[in-house]
Amino acid sequence: MAYRTYLMVCAGTGCVANQSMKIKEAFEKELEKRKLQNEVSVVTTGCNGFCGVGPIMVVQPDGIFYQLLKVSDIPLLVEEHLIKGRPVKKFMYIPGEKEPPIPKMRDIDFFKKQMLIALRNRGLIDPEKIEEYIARGGYSALAKALTEMTPDGVLDEIKKSGLRGRGGGGFPTGVKWETMRKVPGDKRYVICNADEGDPGAFMDRSIIESDPHAVIEGMLIGAYAMGSSDGYVYIRNEYPIALERLKKATGQAREFGLLGENIFGTDFKFDIKITRGAGAFVCGESTALMASIEGRPGEPRAKYIHTVEKGLYDSPTCLNNVETWANVPQIILKGAKWFTSIGTGDVTHDPWGGSKGTKVFSLTGKVVNTGLVEVPMGITLKEIIFDIGGGIKDGKRIKTVQTGGPSGGFIPESMLDLPVDYDELTKVGSMMGSGGMIVADEDNCVVDMAKYFLTFTQEESCGKCTPCREGTKRMLDILENITVGKGTEEDLELLEELSNMVVESSLCALGGSAPNPVLTSLKYFRDEYLVHVRDKKCPAHACRQLNVYTIEEEKCATVGHGCDMCKKSCPDYAIMGEPKKAHYIDQMKCHKCGACFDVCNFKAIKIE
Amino acid sequence: MAKITIADLEKIREESRRTLVLREGAGRAKITVHMGTCGIAAGARDIMSAVLKEVEERELSDIIVTNSGCAGLCSKEPMITVELVNFPAPVKYIEMTPGKIKQIFDSHIMKEQIVKEYALAIGSEMTH
Ligand SMILES: Cc1cc2nc3c(=O)[nH]c(=O)nc-3n(C[C@H](O)[C@H](O)[C@H](O)COP(=O)(O)O)c2cc1C
Ligand code: SF4
Ligand code: SF4
Ligand code: FES
Repeated sequence: MAYRTYLMVCAGTGCVANQSMKIKEAFEKELEKRKLQNEVSVVTTGCNGFCGVGPIMVVQPDGIFYQLLKVSDIPLLVEEHLIKGRPVKKFMYIPGEKEPPIPKMRDIDFFKKQMLIALRNRGLIDPEKIEEYIARGGYSALAKALTEMTPDGVLDEIKKSGLRGRGGGGFPTGVKWETMRKVPGDKRYVICNADEGDPGAFMDRSIIESDPHAVIEGMLIGAYAMGSSDGYVYIRNEYPIALERLKKATGQAREFGLLGENIFGTDFKFDIKITRGAGAFVCGESTALMASIEGRPGEPRAKYIHTVEKGLYDSPTCLNNVETWANVPQIILKGAKWFTSIGTGDVTHDPWGGSKGTKVFSLTGKVVNTGLVEVPMGITLKEIIFDIGGGIKDGKRIKTVQTGGPSGGFIPESMLDLPVDYDELTKVGSMMGSGGMIVADEDNCVVDMAKYFLTFTQEESCGKCTPCREGTKRMLDILENITVGKGTEEDLELLEELSNMVVESSLCALGGSAPNPVLTSLKYFRDEYLVHVRDKKCPAHACRQLNVYTIEEEKCATVGHGCDMCKKSCPDYAIMGEPKKAHYIDQMKCHKCGACFDVCNFKAIKIE
Repeated sequence: MAKITIADLEKIREESRRTLVLREGAGRAKITVHMGTCGIAAGARDIMSAVLKEVEERELSDIIVTNSGCAGLCSKEPMITVELVNFPAPVKYIEMTPGKIKQIFDSHIMKEQIVKEYALAIGSEMTH
């Protein structure tokens, strides 16, 4: 069938939650009604990364991008765009209030500066059809590896590429593979870590949803290089769509003979089992993950013996992250030289010498465009936040960006020219991590945010070792005190001491990195802490207990005419005053919930 | 499905080429059928079908077919515009019929030779 147009409807988790499957049905119905079903085809794709404006659809070949679609919009869209050839402005992306809509996806800033390697097929193929993956060059890297390269040749290419782990640690993939290859033993495993426990992160989910075969092909190539025939994908339990696609994809690969015995007629065999995550953050840690696959409690063990030597079932095991695996086929296909041409540093002699290729980030917080972005290493934080992210919402000022997930660190505004690079980020006390990037503006309080991240890691501590279990609890108590006005200057030093102790003496990297948000916020925003402990104030007014709520009586009486809204909203009956007259707050009764501030339409309530 | 071979990979790629060229928006030629109200009244729908038939029968994998609004010359409808990637100027053809479409494919699309009798103007054309 010769179609003239493809409607690429996003079927990632975000868009599906916003009813994109209903949009798809509506299109199919309308196309049939207008007798266009033989000219126009509807295709479902994985996540496009711009979930905030979903449901999303891209019309190809014109590349027109439509957002925030509703079922009731479909007849008009079909009539105007598909019959009369007039793209409909009102469903297009608008970059700013007074700016004209942008018709083409590739002209939208959010997409313009991205570079897609791990997500190269996103939006272009139906992830549930193996043929479409193959059509975009899929499985030809595997074919090349199996028929034209020796395992050592594959290993060498990965080593030369400078690929480093995308799951958090940034360990050079080639080095890990080589170590594993050298360990003797028949039974050996490769595992894909799809546990993705960082709150707000969805890079790995998105890769699996939009291109599951890329991960499978990467694992196949790795298995060939390391002499393994058994693979596992350990996938987060809360990812139903990704899980379904992965199951379908492995099924299709098996049908095509791409998993199983005698792959491509060679004597290489490999298959993949899928295991669902146990639901704890710490299960993403390598040794805890392997324990969990074996059916034991997901607790880390000391790593004086490396998992590449003694991992799953005490056999040599190589664990890599989803995004790491997804990069592998492209490196084999296009060569290490191509890969090293992207990014920072020099990895010819030192595998830690640079950051090569791209990284997927989940950009969230106070930026205009939130979503998933894949960018070349070396791009500056500023470019990501201001060019791709479109700057700070509501014209506010950026305070800091927190990278690396809950155990990453804060980077202040003055350092936004920092390039995305494993070592540069670590040097300033943060990290690449798995690619979380949370932007905070002047209304966010760093003490409050540090408390939020530490609350997460503290709750997720498995409790096996004391520094992590007790140290983080103690730190959290101190932070809590500071946010309610009970902190002292000595507390800041104590916090630093405890942080260093937890970092140094914890068993696994959860404890080892959990204090990062605290340490970096103390380093770059000490003034803000000092205002909290000395003046008992929160400059961002985010720590409510430090706020004093008062009513401007004049404004309340003359502008708001004593509307009484605040009084009705106050759970403590702390607001006095007759309707139509000025109101005031009894400070003895006020518990500082902030409800009155939120309901007053006349901005008569002030925070000091 | 039996186990696939490396040759099969190539075959699948070849078969899907047209689909992917379209999805990536990267074709050798683009044919725009003008489908304003006047164009549709003058039979633009049949012209669209004729164009798609030619593409299919000739198994062309690198031709993008799209539609646009009224070209502002309602008396000469139905019209199409042909753009070749290597040629800077798009060509507008007027008063199309399925037979004329066939000729345009034979000559302009296949041999890169403009069919002068039906051409309106060779010049700037706005397409989306
Ligand atoms: C507490 C904790 C949680 C982790 N969670 C994940 C995770 O969800 N996904 C992941 O890929 N790596 C996670 N890691 C990192 C893994 O231990 C491991 O380094 C990684 O999967 C190796 O793959 P890579 O070299 O390809 O990055 C976690 C580490 C720790 C300490
Ligand atoms: S550092 Fe924390 S999470 Fe890691 S093993 Fe110790 S207690 Fe468990
Ligand atoms: S902050 Fe809460 S408790 Fe205090 S006056 Fe307002 S509504 Fe009442
Ligand atoms: S789910 Fe559609 S853009 Fe992410």
